[in-house]
Amino acid sequence: MRPFRPYPLVLAAILAASSGAAEGLGDAEKGAALFEQCKGCHMVGDGARDRIGPHLNGIFGRRAGTQGGFAYSASMTRAGMDGLVWTAETLDAYIENPRALVSKTRMSYRGMKDAQDRADLLAYLRRHSDSPADIPEAEPTARPTDHDLDPAILALEGDAEYGEYLATECLTCHRADGSATGIPSITHWPAEDFVVAMHAYKSKLRPHPVMQMMAGRLSAEEIAALAAYFGNID
Amino acid sequence: MTFNRRTFLGGSVAAAAALKSPSLLAAGHEKPRVVVIGGGPGGATAARYIAKDSEGKIDVTLVEPSRTYFTCFFSNLYLGGFKEMDELAHTYGALAMGGVNVVHDWAIDVNAEASNVTLAGGDVLPYDKLIISPGIDFIDDSVPGWSIAAQNAMPHAYKAGSQTELLKAQIMAMREGGTFAMVAPPNPFRCPPGPYERVSMVAHTLQKTNPTAKIIIADPKEKFSKMALFQEGWADHYAGMIDWIGPEFGGGNVSVDPRAMTVTIDGEITQVDVCNVIPAQKAGRIAEIAGVTDGNWAPVNPTDMSSRANPDIYVLGDSAQQGDMPKSGFSANSQAKVCANAVRGALTGSRVFPAKYSNTCWSLIDTNDGVKVGATYEPTEEKIAKVDGFISQTGEDDATRRATYEESVGWYSGITADIFG
Ligand SMILES: Cc1cc2nc3c(=O)[nH]c(=O)nc-3n(C[C@H](O)[C@H](O)[C@H](O)COP(=O)(O)OP(=O)(O)OC[C@H]3O[C@@H](n4cnc5c(N)ncnc54)[C@H](O)[C@@H]3O)c2cc1C
Ligand code: HEC
Ligand code: HEC
Repeated sequence: MRPFRPYPLVLAAILAASSGAAEGLGDAEKGAALFEQCKGCHMVGDGARDRIGPHLNGIFGRRAGTQGGFAYSASMTRAGMDGLVWTAETLDAYIENPRALVSKTRMSYRGMKDAQDRADLLAYLRRHSDSPADIPEAEPTARPTDHDLDPAILALEGDAEYGEYLATECLTCHRADGSATGIPSITHWPAEDFVVAMHAYKSKLRPHPVMQMMAGRLSAEEIAALAAYFGNID
Repeated sequence: MTFNRRTFLGGSVAAAAALKSPSLLAAGHEKPRVVVIGGGPGGATAARYIAKDSEGKIDVTLVEPSRTYFTCFFSNLYLGGFKEMDELAHTYGALAMGGVNVVHDWAIDVNAEASNVTLAGGDVLPYDKLIISPGIDFIDDSVPGWSIAAQNAMPHAYKAGSQTELLKAQIMAMREGGTFAMVAPPNPFRCPPGPYERVSMVAHTLQKTNPTAKIIIADPKEKFSKMALFQEGWADHYAGMIDWIGPEFGGGNVSVDPRAMTVTIDGEITQVDVCNVIPAQKAGRIAEIAGVTDGNWAPVNPTDMSSRANPDIYVLGDSAQQGDMPKSGFSANSQAKVCANAVRGALTGSRVFPAKYSNTCWSLIDTNDGVKVGATYEPTEEKIAKVDGFISQTGEDDATRRATYEESVGWYSGITADIFG
């Protein structure tokens, strides 16, 4: 389980005191170049407007899916309602693998796998949020974080019969026929999307108390079994 | 399905293999037989899963007197005007189509020695395994002055249907500035947040139709489920309307007079306009008749919900005394799936997996103001024990509360599909 990380006011104060060092963890100049990968869809800086994606000014500290006027996917809106707030950590996870954090996000971007690249990119984006010195920065020891699942976990062969039994517990809320009113559909997903989503709840990277609790007690084998069953449910 | 040579052969091969299986208990008859008493979240879920997963290898009979089941869950939302009565109604057609033999009758006797169940209509149903999920009955005289004979003057509305409609009609007909009284039950009882969600929904209705009306709750409990959340919500949405009288102020010392429409709290007589009496509760009568109760409830083994008194009888839902799980539709449904897996394993030798239980109870305080509490559970030697849990926080923002309410609507759709097919 991810240890609870107190809001790093102290850290922010230290960073503010050692003026200029706030950018310390990533290289904003390199980040500016990396932003090329985002530019096709996002604007940031003076006069930035919503394009294919929402503008990213003030993204740090913003609740996900709340840039007024932009039409987000239902998944992103729901994540925001659940309490997903963009911090160094959640942004890092989203940019690394958008679907691990927000399954049906409309951001069709594969993800940036290199942790240092992400740190540089975030240092650049922070410049375009209000008073960057007050923005919580990840703890130095926690960075570069890697949210990527161990390939061994992704490679697990799910026991579909066990999955069928485990799934009975999920069907109290998620409908077997895949229809959705208020609770998302989880049938016929690619196994990898399913597995990364469940592990993101398990590690409490995704907000949502019910799903954190449900995923929290499942082992990696059990998650694989569920992915196998729901992936082919009839 | 078309009946061809191949499926025919396949069927007889499977049957032959089953007959050889040492774990097959169906001594002396072709197929093992399961009888389920009660078609609520416990019984209907168990019947449906056993029939579905055993693919015809087990005969499943469900005994339930009502042709239409009205869920208690969301019946408070009917009182608040958020749901229509027919949205709470479910029938057993899909279970029948799924292979369950649905018999609309009362079980009046269980002969545990002969392993059979007698129905009010006279039929006798033999079983290899019996599942009992009859919900609750009320304890006589737990509220002095009240009895089932008085349930029209002072409805309980704790079994949904005509009682719920009656209570709503009485609320709508209340005189201007009148008083709605609730006599809340002692622990343990069905749906711990239920009475307090009900008060919220009654307040919601009265605020629109009768804003000067008052609500009093006489409660024998010092604390109740989601207390801080409800009290915050009542202060925010229904200021000055709701008076909760706990045991410290005599809430546990209550009698009623249904003819005079008075409630006496700690010696003080109050004239009321509507009185919702929720008496103390016990397991449905048939559990006692079957000889599986000890005191008011039926103790069960935490690994599979089998009765501590009889290994061939399982008790689910509100009637069971299992440990930490609250008496809820969610819990009954969760227990039924563990039980179905165990019963199937015992009768056909299919794989039996470890028990995992869970529960979440949502409550609606006002429009788009939903809260929830939930937990996961696992069996220990002694009981079903809580592993992990969560509860909504006071002071949450509107978006979170709305998302919680929307989730509860999704849950209702999910669980009713899971129970009734
Ligand atoms: C106001 C209210 C709100 C609630 N809200 C929620 C909620 O939001 N979420 C939640 O999870 N739970 C909620 N509940 C609780 C939930 O309704 C019960 O816990 C649940 O119904 C228990 O299921 P059960 O199978 O044990 O019993 P029941 O649902 O009571 O089913 C028992 C069935 O057995 C039948 N029966 C009884 N005796 C016999 C017999 N001798 N022969 C044949 N059939 C028999 C009855 O006709 C009945 O249909 C609420 C309850 C109330 C009163
Ligand atoms: C192909 C277009 C595309 C690319 C490339 C892209 N995005 Fe996005 N991005 C989107 C869309 C569309 C959304 C809205 C997603 C939704 O509603 O699910 C989004 C959402 C976001 C959000 C959440 C915004 C909010 O208001 O909640 C962030 C943060 C983000 N993108 C960052 C990035 C970064 C950083 C990059 C480059 C590494 C990037 N995106 C690349 C299209 C894109
Ligand atoms: C008590 C109700 C409940 C139960 C039981 C439940 N879920 Fe969920 N699930 C939800 C809700 C509500 C959401 C939306 C959460 C969010 O907004 O992040 C969700 C989201 C999910 C998602 C992500 C969907 C998406 O589009 O992002 C997956 C995957 C999932 N659940 C799988 C499961 C599995 C597997 C189980 C059983 C082990 C399960 N759930 C049990 C209520 C439940």
